[in-house]
Amino acid sequence: MMKKVAVIGVGLTKFGKHPKVSSRELFAEAAFKAIEDAGIDLKDVEEAFVGSFLPDVLEHQGHIAPLMLDYIGLTGIPATHTEGACASSGVAVRMGYMAIASGLRDIVLVAGVEKMTDFPTSDVTEALALASDDLFEASEGLTFPGVFALMAKAHMDKYGTTEEQMAAVAVKNHHNALFNPYAQFHKEINIETVLSSRVIAWPLKLFDCSPISDGAAVIILASEDVAKKYTDTPVWIVASAQASDTMALCEREELTTFKAARMAAEQAYKMAGVKPKDIDIAEVHDCFTIAEIIAYEDLGFCEKGEGGKLIEEGETEIGGRIPVNTSGGLKAKGHPVGATGVAQIIEVVHQLRGEAGKRQVDGAEIGLTHNVGGTGATVTVHILRR
Amino acid sequence: MEEAERLVKKYFEFVSEKKFMGLKCKKCGAYILPPKSICKKCGSREFEWVEFSGKGSLYTFTVIHVAAKRFLNDAPFVVGVVQLEEGPRITARIVGVDPNKPETIKTGMPLKVTFIESDEKVLLAFEPEK
Ligand SMILES: [Zn+2]
Repeated sequence: MMKKVAVIGVGLTKFGKHPKVSSRELFAEAAFKAIEDAGIDLKDVEEAFVGSFLPDVLEHQGHIAPLMLDYIGLTGIPATHTEGACASSGVAVRMGYMAIASGLRDIVLVAGVEKMTDFPTSDVTEALALASDDLFEASEGLTFPGVFALMAKAHMDKYGTTEEQMAAVAVKNHHNALFNPYAQFHKEINIETVLSSRVIAWPLKLFDCSPISDGAAVIILASEDVAKKYTDTPVWIVASAQASDTMALCEREELTTFKAARMAAEQAYKMAGVKPKDIDIAEVHDCFTIAEIIAYEDLGFCEKGEGGKLIEEGETEIGGRIPVNTSGGLKAKGHPVGATGVAQIIEVVHQLRGEAGKRQVDGAEIGLTHNVGGTGATVTVHILRR
Repeated sequence: MEEAERLVKKYFEFVSEKKFMGLKCKKCGAYILPPKSICKKCGSREFEWVEFSGKGSLYTFTVIHVAAKRFLNDAPFVVGVVQLEEGPRITARIVGVDPNKPETIKTGMPLKVTFIESDEKVLLAFEPEK
C-alpha cells in the first residue's frame, strides 16, 4: 500500500535578477530556508531530486544535482537531476513523491533552480527553443513564444478568444504579485499596457510573456509518521500525475488544448478523489497568457472554449469562484523555468497553511498545481490538501 | 529494418534537394509526416517514400518578431502549421505574405510548397496558391 506524503518545509528565493550569484547559491538559500522551515537537520535528508532545464546550455554546467547538494554540505545521498523543460521540477516533485509513497524513503529534498538573466535574450530564446522539436519546428524559426502564439491563433479562430481576454490574465497576475514579496514584479498594469507592448510572436506581445528570471525553490517531503514528528501543519500531496504528448505541434489533433494536461488532470482528480469544483486555489503554468486560458479549460474549471470568458468575468481573481495564480503566476512572480514546478507547490502550501498574507484565500483547503514542459510534451499536475 | 533508422535524415536530404517527400504506410495507406518509426494508425513499420502534392491550407500561424540567434536576420517572418492535402500537418515558413500585416493573412487560405534558404540551409516553406 502507498504511504501518505506530506510537505513539511518550504524555501524560496526572491525571483528576478540575481547578477551577483550563481545557481548553486540560489539553491543553497532556498534549501537552508526549507530545512529550517521543516525543523529537520541537514543529515536527515535521505535523497534529493533537483529539477533544472538549461544549466548545461546557459551556465556551461552539467551533472548539477550532486553539485548543488555538495554546496550545502550534503554528499553521500543519491542526488538526481530531472529535466522536463519548464516542468523540470514538477517532474522532480513526482520523483520525490514516489520515493516516499513507495516506502523507500522517509525524508526527501526536492528542488528546482534556474539561472537565466546573465545571458542575452537571443541566447535564452535559442536555448528555450530546445524544448521544441529542433529538426521539424525550431529549425523553421519557430520560437517558444511562437509555439504558444500558434495555439493562441487557433484558440482565437475556434472560440473567438480575444487579445483583451489574454491581456486580462497578465493584469490579474501582476495585481496578485503586488502582495507576494518573492515576486519579480511589483507593478500594477492595465489592459492597454499589454495591448500596446511590442510584438514578440504575433498575436503575443511582451506583456503576454513571462519574464526571464533567476530563482530557486526547495521543499522537504516526508512520510506520515515522520511528518507528524516535525509539524502540526503538514500539507498532504494527495495526487501526483504526469503525462506526455508529441513534441511537435504539427502532429497534434487539436491546437487549442494540451492533451497531456487533460490526461494528467484526469489522473490527478481520480487519485485525489476530488472534482474540479472542489479545488479552492490553483497555480497554473501561465508562461504565456493564452496558456492560463487553456489551463482553465484543460483542468475543468470551465467548459472548453470558455476560458476567455472565465477571466473576463473575474472568476479567477482572489475573491472569485476559483482563484488562479495568487502568487502572481509565472507572468509576474517570474519564471526561472526549472524552479517553477516547486515554486507552484510552495504557493499552494502557503495558502493551505494560511500564511499567504494579503493574497490569502480564506478557508483554502484543497489546491492544485499545473506545470507544463516546453510545448506541452510533459505536463505534471499535483493536488494538495491540508 | 535498415531503412527505418535513417528516415529523418533521408527526409532532410530530400528537402535539401527541394523535394517534398513523405512516408506512406504500406499496410494501411496512411501518409506520415514528420517521419516516425511506426504508423500511428495501424502499427506497421513498412513504408515507402512518396512525393507529396505540396498543396495544403494554412491551419494556424504566428509572426516571429523576436527570433532565435540563427534567424535574427530573417525577422519578422511568418511560421505556420500547414494542413496538407494528404492528411498530415507540417510546420513551415510561410512566404509571399506580409509579416507586418498579420490581419491580411487568413487561416484556411490555400498554399503550395516552395523552398527558401536560411541559416545556410534549404528550409521547407509554403506560399499562397495563386
Ligand atoms: Zn498504417
